[in-house]
Amino acid sequence: MLSAEERQEIEAEFAHYPNKEAVCIDAMKIVQRRRGWVSDESLRDIAALLGMSADQLDSVATFYNLIYRKPVGRNVILVCDSVSCWITGYDRLRERLMSVLGIKMGETTPDGRFTLLPIVCLGACDHAPVMMVNNDLHHDVDPGKVEAVLDRYK
Amino acid sequence: MEKVLTKNIRPDLSYVDVQAYESSGGYEGLRKALAMAPGAVTEEVKKSNLRGRGGAGFPTGMKWTFVPMGPDAPSPKYLVANADEMEPGTFKDRLLMEGDPHQLVEGLIVAAYAIQASTAYIFIRGEYFLSEERLRRAIAEAEEKHYLGKNILGSGYNLEMVVHMSGGRYMCGEETGLLNALEGKRANPRTKPPFPQVSGLFGKPTIVQNVETLSNLPHILRNGIEWFKSLSLSVDAGTKIYGVSGKVKRPGLWELPMGTTVREILEEHAGGMQDGLKFRGLLPGGASTDFLVEEHLDVKMDFTEVQKAGSRLGTGTMIVLDDRTCPVGMVRNLEHFFAQESCGWCTPCWSGLSWAEKALEAIEEGKGNAVDLDHLEYICKLCAPGNTFCALAPGAVEPLQSALKYFRADFERHVADKRCPWNHQA
Repeated sequence: MLSAEERQEIEAEFAHYPNKEAVCIDAMKIVQRRRGWVSDESLRDIAALLGMSADQLDSVATFYNLIYRKPVGRNVILVCDSVSCWITGYDRLRERLMSVLGIKMGETTPDGRFTLLPIVCLGACDHAPVMMVNNDLHHDVDPGKVEAVLDRYK
Repeated sequence: MEKVLTKNIRPDLSYVDVQAYESSGGYEGLRKALAMAPGAVTEEVKKSNLRGRGGAGFPTGMKWTFVPMGPDAPSPKYLVANADEMEPGTFKDRLLMEGDPHQLVEGLIVAAYAIQASTAYIFIRGEYFLSEERLRRAIAEAEEKHYLGKNILGSGYNLEMVVHMSGGRYMCGEETGLLNALEGKRANPRTKPPFPQVSGLFGKPTIVQNVETLSNLPHILRNGIEWFKSLSLSVDAGTKIYGVSGKVKRPGLWELPMGTTVREILEEHAGGMQDGLKFRGLLPGGASTDFLVEEHLDVKMDFTEVQKAGSRLGTGTMIVLDDRTCPVGMVRNLEHFFAQESCGWCTPCWSGLSWAEKALEAIEEGKGNAVDLDHLEYICKLCAPGNTFCALAPGAVEPLQSALKYFRADFERHVADKRCPWNHQA
């Protein structure tokens, strides 16, 4: 079930669009911000609120990179794998992250602390290589010092 | 040179509030526009020769003339800022949104007034959290000052401005894909015609403009079209925010006269190649533009001249290839991006680009053969303009076709030696 606050925040978006369906991406992000991901149950609840079928909403959910349909860790690491970061050391950064965390790309650490995902160009190419942890952008990342960055996220 | 778009942007990128923006002439362009008839604003922008800064370079004022006007025009009409900056190697709109958000807000109000839109959406990529925060703050300040909302500055004109954060997909930057995304759908492209100017968002007349394009409008209105044209060194008017990434000494962004040469940007502003590295080529305007090489260094970076050199200005943010980076590996990275971000709507795109990625992977890993090169050439033809609904696939093969032309010997060496010459150097 959606919480009262989730419902309220979703319904506040209705005023900005001529129909409820247009709010569906916002709605999934609102739920995901609180729960980390969009479960089947959340998907059905959001679809019902917006007058969509769950399948229709799922077709939208699975199209977008930033809607998670599987559980993620408390902190999500997005490593840019696009061209400028590739030229300036993405491979080393990725290898280092995988070895420090002991997981592969797309996986979550057993303690649920980190999920490691690739992301397309983050638009900070003059400071490549870059990655995001949650809402924070980290640039000019030195693969050798990646542990110090991760230490800030519990 | 006179700074226009970046004149308010602070070195520490701190927030420029409405008072600071007004004190440098901010919202004067809007006051001038509101004193004019909407059609006259469009005419002014058309005469200024402003061309779209999102990549395609379409004349901005001309685009607005396709919107139905007058009492019988469909209602409501919409304006959308395309702030979905996801073209690899492109990082200029982030600077404009974080560094001077009121400039974009004012540009949006001017454009919305010209086409008489009642709602303006700012479609921001989902990872640009600081841009979101700053634009929401700027919109709230603008509302308080009656630059937005009902009866703007007593003109009788009403406009609501809404920030929409993307779910994240390269296709959202494509004009009609963006409209589908704003409607809460998958960002597949739409058939044209009808063009969005006639039937766009929710089936209503809609204009979509890039952030940098919109940010130019307050200045054109305030200072006039002759001034705007005088900023440029070429036939295409205004300044341009150029950028360089890759292994140069000083990667970054610079606002320079439109038509500054590739050489000046690369050598004077970006400081040339890092020590010990040689220049091999560059993508002049993001991932989906053809390579330029040594012989093109004196080309002027404007829409007209870069096209003559066989590429596109695109977003004006260059990605530099050095001699210690494998061109096959670079193109493989690019095609991985395009294959992954293809929405799957058109066969040449989803099928062709995944085959291109597979062939490049084989060549890079020493498992390729000469037939793979022919196959790549074929995919370039398959994905040519006209074979797909949108520009993703044609753009995707631009770096590929030009790499096959300029770096042919490197591809052939991978095939002949059955290994990547670069990976085995270190």
